[in-house]
Amino acid sequence: MSTTQEKPMTLKSLSHKKDLLTGGHRMCSGCGAPIVLRQVLLAVENPVVLTNATGCLEVSTCLFPFTAWRVPWMHSAFENSAATASGIETMYRALRKKGKIKKEMNFIAIGGDGGTYDIGFQSLSGAMERGHKMLYICYDNGAYMNTGIQRSSATPFGADTTTCPAGDVVPGKPQRRKDLTRIMAAHNVAYAAQASPHNWKDLITKVKKALAADGPSYMGIIAPCNRGWRCQTNDAIQLSKLAVDACFWPLYEVEGGKWTINYDPKDKKRPIKDWLKPQGRFKHLFAPGNEWMLEKFQQGVDADWESLKKLQEAFGR
Amino acid sequence: MPTATKTVAVTGNQAVAEALRQINPDVVPAYPITPSTDIVQRFSEFVNNGEVDTEMILVESEHSAMSAAIGASAAGGRVATATSSQGMALMWEMLFIASGYRLPIFMALVNRALSAPLNIHGDHSDGMGMRDSGWIQLWSENAQEAYDNMVMAPRIAEHMDVRLPIIVCLDGFIISHSIESMKYLPDEEVKKFVGEFAQLNPLLDTDNPKSIGALVLPDYYMEHKRAQHEAMLKVKKVVQDVSAEFAKLSGRKYEIFETYRLEDAEVVLVSLNSAAGTIKDEIDRYRDKGIKAGLLKPRLFRPFPYEEVGAALKNAKAVCVMDRADSFGGYGPMFMEIASALYPHKGPVLFNKIYGLGGRDLMPLDVDQVIDETVEVAKTGKVKMVKEYITVRN
Repeated sequence: MSTTQEKPMTLKSLSHKKDLLTGGHRMCSGCGAPIVLRQVLLAVENPVVLTNATGCLEVSTCLFPFTAWRVPWMHSAFENSAATASGIETMYRALRKKGKIKKEMNFIAIGGDGGTYDIGFQSLSGAMERGHKMLYICYDNGAYMNTGIQRSSATPFGADTTTCPAGDVVPGKPQRRKDLTRIMAAHNVAYAAQASPHNWKDLITKVKKALAADGPSYMGIIAPCNRGWRCQTNDAIQLSKLAVDACFWPLYEVEGGKWTINYDPKDKKRPIKDWLKPQGRFKHLFAPGNEWMLEKFQQGVDADWESLKKLQEAFGR
Repeated sequence: MPTATKTVAVTGNQAVAEALRQINPDVVPAYPITPSTDIVQRFSEFVNNGEVDTEMILVESEHSAMSAAIGASAAGGRVATATSSQGMALMWEMLFIASGYRLPIFMALVNRALSAPLNIHGDHSDGMGMRDSGWIQLWSENAQEAYDNMVMAPRIAEHMDVRLPIIVCLDGFIISHSIESMKYLPDEEVKKFVGEFAQLNPLLDTDNPKSIGALVLPDYYMEHKRAQHEAMLKVKKVVQDVSAEFAKLSGRKYEIFETYRLEDAEVVLVSLNSAAGTIKDEIDRYRDKGIKAGLLKPRLFRPFPYEEVGAALKNAKAVCVMDRADSFGGYGPMFMEIASALYPHKGPVLFNKIYGLGGRDLMPLDVDQVIDETVEVAKTGKVKMVKEYITVRN
């Protein structure tokens, strides 16, 4: 339950809120992850406890003896942000039942795509199935950036990473990415959504909905990494927007089984090459002889977008 | 004055579950695994019948069990769980994090062999495998000891000089599934004995936000580990004090290790857990024949009481260390501790037998052979083979 009066959300009103993730952390300049997290925390009204999987955000925000977090925050390992949060949330219920805690609180587990799609997948799936009232946030930059840009199951087709380098025989990642948001929706969570930091209003509204939902919730949020994507340090917001406009990263939500696409670019839908072109990790896709890769990428994006629209048609409002 | 107790006939698992019921932890995250499953099942019944007000988390793996235990303990309450073998192995990564964060989680480990080959029966490879993870280890010979150790576990782990996780070991099947006669303490006595727990810097204190789990680089890492080492050094005294207090309550006295007819013994066997019962019987028979045989049974294995064990064994002529686990390429894990304990002393001749792996029985006649060989070693001062597997096909 929100403890404050609902007012129209404006940048001006948000600017009066205290930043719960402070400056002075050690994330790379232009990184998408802290932008995402600051937006997420702007949505929080109740006292909140965070857990964080091992990764860029974790190592860069809490380097002993300093911390950039103004809220209780816990990291324990790479693959268990959800399980750790489930323990905290359960202790909260146990102590509340005994009257040792009175106040309403929120619990947010955070992981990168490595800690969420791959090594932490089981822990996440288990926690969501058990129904803990917590929000899981995946900031998705599409590779293991913390350890030096290795492929993950969130890495897009064709991308050049340090473990699927664009070589003479194998031109980057051969596989398409896993669609985790849909997999989480298939867990019948109370709320699942995709968001992007370029649309802060949509992102913050979704976090509010997720925290208010009566049960577990999941949000996948695109978070450009200029080191891994091989782009400029001022590209994060522009590339987030392009990903949405090209329908690579559609903004949608699944609320109690109802599918809603929050933004449909319609005739302004951009070709995927507009999103790929500024990123050095896809440079080889534009080399002569690799036209098939661009085509294959576009076909994949189109197919996903069409099937998402069908889900909205079938299970929308 | 020992309090009124009730004599019952129960399995080891039942005894541990009963201790957990009486302790009534705030949160129990658990995943079933043979032979500890029974503890989790019985505790689930307590929860669903309202006999405890614990919140259980029925996790999808032991890795998540320990992860959730870590989150719950840091959040600010009392947390317990139970496991065995592969479950312990899957928890392994998180065990070091529980102790590194100084979280007083307590856990029953129903000892079982590790794969491969797959085997569900009792040996100590799981407990020995995790011995360097920074957890306190108490080992138990029978259901009574497992129950008593479990009741003492939170008091030891949560002591302000300690604040470390603790594990209580009991032998899979031999103890976990056998019915024995033992005594329970009354509920209110256990409740009073374990008392209330207050976590330091609980995460749920949102008015005073704390970050737990920082990245610590070479400039500070060693200081953290040194602090853990210092805490471990204080465990022995806390175990002695808590055990003394428990003796007043129960009439059952526990030391950091048990000695059996050791005072004047010339030939000594060292063994953990259930095998000690069989060995004690055989020692009696050899004593009747005029052979000065004795036993030392460690209870507190981590931290290991080197000085006291060394002093207790130094006057023997020959000591055979019986290990129910192997450290492949090394001696048995307990042998290495006993050798270290005896290093400052001129001491007895030492040798090592590996027995009982994967639940193989140790029969009285097997013990007799070991005692006979120890007598021979005491006489000649010579050891044929320092480390040898016994009761095994050639």
